[in-house]
Amino acid sequence: MEIIKPLIQYLAVIILSPLLLGLINRVKAKFAGRRGQPLLQLYFDLYKLSYKTPVYSRTTTWLFRAGPVIGLSAILCALAALPFAGRPGFLAFDGDFIFLIYLLGLGRFFTVLAALDTGSSFEGMGASREVQFAVFSEPAFFLALAALSKATGKLSLSGMFLALEPASWQAAAPALLLLTAALFIILLAENSRVPVDDPNTHLELTMIHEVMVLDHSGPDLAYILYGAALKLWFFGALIASAVLPRHSGSWLYDGAAFLGMMAVIAAAIGTVESVMARLRMIKVQYLLMGALVFSILALLFQTGR
Amino acid sequence: MSTLAELTIVFIILLNLALAVSGSMSVCIRLAAIQGVAAGLLPLLAGGGVMRGRAMAFAAFIILLKGAVFPWLMFRAREKTGARRDVDPLIGYPSSIMLCLGAFAASSWLGSRLPLPHSGVAFIVPASLATIFTGFLLITTRAKAITQVLGYLVIENGIYIFGLALFVEQPLMVELAILLDVFVAVFVMGIAIFHISREFDHIDTDQMDELTDWHQSEEGGNI
Repeated sequence: MEIIKPLIQYLAVIILSPLLLGLINRVKAKFAGRRGQPLLQLYFDLYKLSYKTPVYSRTTTWLFRAGPVIGLSAILCALAALPFAGRPGFLAFDGDFIFLIYLLGLGRFFTVLAALDTGSSFEGMGASREVQFAVFSEPAFFLALAALSKATGKLSLSGMFLALEPASWQAAAPALLLLTAALFIILLAENSRVPVDDPNTHLELTMIHEVMVLDHSGPDLAYILYGAALKLWFFGALIASAVLPRHSGSWLYDGAAFLGMMAVIAAAIGTVESVMARLRMIKVQYLLMGALVFSILALLFQTGR
Repeated sequence: MSTLAELTIVFIILLNLALAVSGSMSVCIRLAAIQGVAAGLLPLLAGGGVMRGRAMAFAAFIILLKGAVFPWLMFRAREKTGARRDVDPLIGYPSSIMLCLGAFAASSWLGSRLPLPHSGVAFIVPASLATIFTGFLLITTRAKAITQVLGYLVIENGIYIFGLALFVEQPLMVELAILLDVFVAVFVMGIAIFHISREFDHIDTDQMDELTDWHQSEEGGNI
């Protein structure tokens, strides 16, 4: 039973994560007074793309084909170490949060390489922006997890979230609040949601993530879309585990509360996207710097006490 | 109880950083006012269960002065001088925020070494030192005279929080004296800024390092 449960959790993550984007789109449609696309739209898109024949430009090399595959496998691997509703993932080990950060970095590196490999100047622009914003969001993410590790005294991600209790929210409220805020900003930036990048825009001059994947088609594009959905789940799950410290001991109840929290986070992202316009490109770094500052303050608070 | 006080401390530190990066003068005035109100609420949150009447009255007085009277005076001075909306920083905003963060790190190191009585609320000394530093930063790196008054107010907030770290209730008289000084100073500065702007058509302190008569005589070439 103890082997099957982590597998069921992992399957649930793999199956449910495209639903998050559907929820976000539904919330945005409600705000705009539209009916919106179906909740399962991303599943239909993935199915449609998976049996199309990909088109490869003659100027591209194997890097272009490797990018989407490595990006998807990196995030799939990272999700295996992520705790689900306070239960450890089956790949959890001491110090795994550093491994996760490097896996995300690897995925980003190959996406950028594939974008540069096309030789298109637009994709080069998108790649440059992606890396520029990662300069702030990666250290912010690292320091936020370091602060969490300091607050709970554990080195593995599963251990941290298992050790997190309502009492620790009382004892270390400032640090936990700051790092949750930092994680939310990082979620918006890493998944190219609105204040940083608009996922619906199709103007190459302002896009970041969408412009890097313009030349991918067929199953490759499906890998990228699915990888983006999994990445959204990854960051959402970190926030959900941080703000939901109570573990009742019942697997079903905890799992249901966790999934409910994920839906709340999706609704929060949709609300942010509906009430805010995206920032000007030169202002984005101030937002990311804010996330970095939150993480640094959380770490300082935790080390100083 | 002390959790709320610690959250207020975090809020005050974030306000410091926001003061370092915000470019609009009216936003800066409002942020300093909010910081003053948060600092005024701090003794009530940190003091524990029993609210003394004197402490309540004192906090109400501080909040009224810092939250309403000072911003009103500052906005009035800004209107009268017709100053432009931006704060004219001499260094960039990213370096301002990094200086603020460095100041907080340095003051948490310093706060752990100062032989002060334990106040029960963590980070009250580093927060006060960082606030004082932010005030100095605003005074030294912003060109307008109004922003320098604003930096002075932020320093006063920091001194007030520092006083809380030492004793929670005793220094009422000392604090009242400081507050009176600041009040008079803001009043005088309001008048002075008004006269400066009427005399020179601007309140940019950088351009006041030369004597007007001396300049004119050089240009005229008579002497």
